[in-house]
Amino acid sequence: MTEMTHWIALPVVVPLLAAAASVVVGRSRAAQRVIGIGTLAGLLALAVQMVVETDREDVLVTQAGGWVAPLGITLTADRLAAVMLLVSIAMLLVVLVFAIGQGDEERRHVGFHPVYLTLVAGVSLAFLTGDLFNLFVAFEVMLVSSYVLLTLGGRFAQVRAGTTYVVISLLASVLFLTTLGLLYRATGTVNMGDLPAALGEVDPALRRVLLLLFLGVFGIKAAIFPLFFWLPDSYPNAPTAVTAVFAGLLTKVGVYAMIRIQMLIGPDDTVVGGLLLAIAGLTMVVGVLGALTQQEIKRILSFHIISQIGYMVFGLGLLSVAGLAAAILYIVHHIVVKTTLFLTGGLVERAAGTGHLDRVDGMLRTRPLVGMLFLLPALSLAGVPPFSGFVAKFALVDAGVAGSSWAVVGVSLLVSVLTLVSMNKIWVGAFLGEPSENAVVHDRLPVTMVLATGALVVASIGIALGAGPIQGFAERAAETLLPVAGATP
Amino acid sequence: MTTVFALLAAGLFSTGTYLVLQRELTRMLLGLSLLSHGANVVLLVATRRAGSPAFADGRDDPSTFLDPLPQAFALTAIVITFGVTCFLLALAYRSWVLTRDDTVQDDPEDVRVREEPGLDIESPLDGTSPREVAGR
Repeated sequence: MTEMTHWIALPVVVPLLAAAASVVVGRSRAAQRVIGIGTLAGLLALAVQMVVETDREDVLVTQAGGWVAPLGITLTADRLAAVMLLVSIAMLLVVLVFAIGQGDEERRHVGFHPVYLTLVAGVSLAFLTGDLFNLFVAFEVMLVSSYVLLTLGGRFAQVRAGTTYVVISLLASVLFLTTLGLLYRATGTVNMGDLPAALGEVDPALRRVLLLLFLGVFGIKAAIFPLFFWLPDSYPNAPTAVTAVFAGLLTKVGVYAMIRIQMLIGPDDTVVGGLLLAIAGLTMVVGVLGALTQQEIKRILSFHIISQIGYMVFGLGLLSVAGLAAAILYIVHHIVVKTTLFLTGGLVERAAGTGHLDRVDGMLRTRPLVGMLFLLPALSLAGVPPFSGFVAKFALVDAGVAGSSWAVVGVSLLVSVLTLVSMNKIWVGAFLGEPSENAVVHDRLPVTMVLATGALVVASIGIALGAGPIQGFAERAAETLLPVAGATP
Repeated sequence: MTTVFALLAAGLFSTGTYLVLQRELTRMLLGLSLLSHGANVVLLVATRRAGSPAFADGRDDPSTFLDPLPQAFALTAIVITFGVTCFLLALAYRSWVLTRDDTVQDDPEDVRVREEPGLDIESPLDGTSPREVAGR
């Protein structure tokens, strides 16, 4: 690469500098807001540029500080990284607007904006890094920011949830580090560009062990079966805007890492692929059954995250271009829809004072707009046509049928129905019926909160409308990831 | 030397795992520290000649040098673990301030689901939920 590609480091560098600036102007919340929104809006433009560029160039590479690969840190952007970055930044921008409208933690704590921007830097680095050790650092930057955001406020429920979350994340990090040590011992490199060649000389059995260890590590972060127990305990206790970011983004970074490592170490390892398919089915079923037993909106939605992760792993486990493309499409759809649902859950809590289904009633009567904002993404999540969820699920089922994975295809269709049932539970519990007279009714919902949620609903419909081009982009992204496309049926 | 380091790492991992499985946050913290030490020892083994210094003193022959990259990994990891451990200590202190106890609590919603007789999603809860009781 002789061209100037240093700009692909900007999504990591800019938010870090902005975070520092945000600390400096800590006394003025208005200045912090301008910095936060300005930074994310700029990054959004950059991410669009990156999607366009990667679609033309396949892969963009830059060496940080001009040091070449084995010594320096490589940053790379391919189609998958670019599209993940674009969706994530867009979603982070919308949630920031929502958080500002909501006030609460954002207004009370000087630290919210700087930590939020650091989280952005960590997420960007995780997508753009071309070096596995650097991926570890990116995860840590992201996780440490998330620890602070989760416990901001220091209430008892947050401390309790935060403890579980920090301990499990730290455990995963230690395992990650150990696996990196083993990988380095086996291959002598952690650079993603050099690894395929270096791994070629490694005993296939050892390679599979390394792959499984990595998948375990990222599986904890992605909350796949049976490593999901921490998620529904910790997420619902964070402030609404923070939960929305966690739900929409953090687990998906884990899935992203799973895709990367699978393509790096075992793109043709059908045994691990089959294992992933089995795990995918179990993750879907267990997640949705968990959701059915819950009584609170945020917790129901948290269990749905797990269930949805199963669909993405399903696409990965097929180890085909169609499967990967469907998984990418699913992640894009899911980030938008899941965040919308959590934001709507926040609107319900704001309007009714609680998210407990037994104590919220008749929201459709009192707040018809919130009802619509919930209904559209809920139908989309369940995969009802013509929403984005249908497009993504159709692509997955299509790829599954092409790969003759009948069992998991059947499970995924069944889980779709159960998803609809549990979404219906929220709908009946919170929106239908007569408004109870003892309900706490806040005077008005802040316009910014409603607008932010509405923007994501529109984006979700946009994904459904632009499904063709997005699907094409996802397929090209999958083809770059899976170079041996001809070898796998 | 590698065998010694492997045994050391095994000891650290097993002790750490035992401690992490305890309910007291301070013990879990000690366990996590031991686990991360274990990981760092594994990184040292990855240099292929664990125990020797990264740059052999007084000699200019590069072939006697140790691969310094895993040591750099370990250094980065130590710094990160140090930061996270501090954060966990702060959490443990906060937990102690709030409850005079650093035992990790069960999730109140999990307790509710577990104790609900013959779980029926239509049945309403009676009065107060455990979340309210625990989440003052």
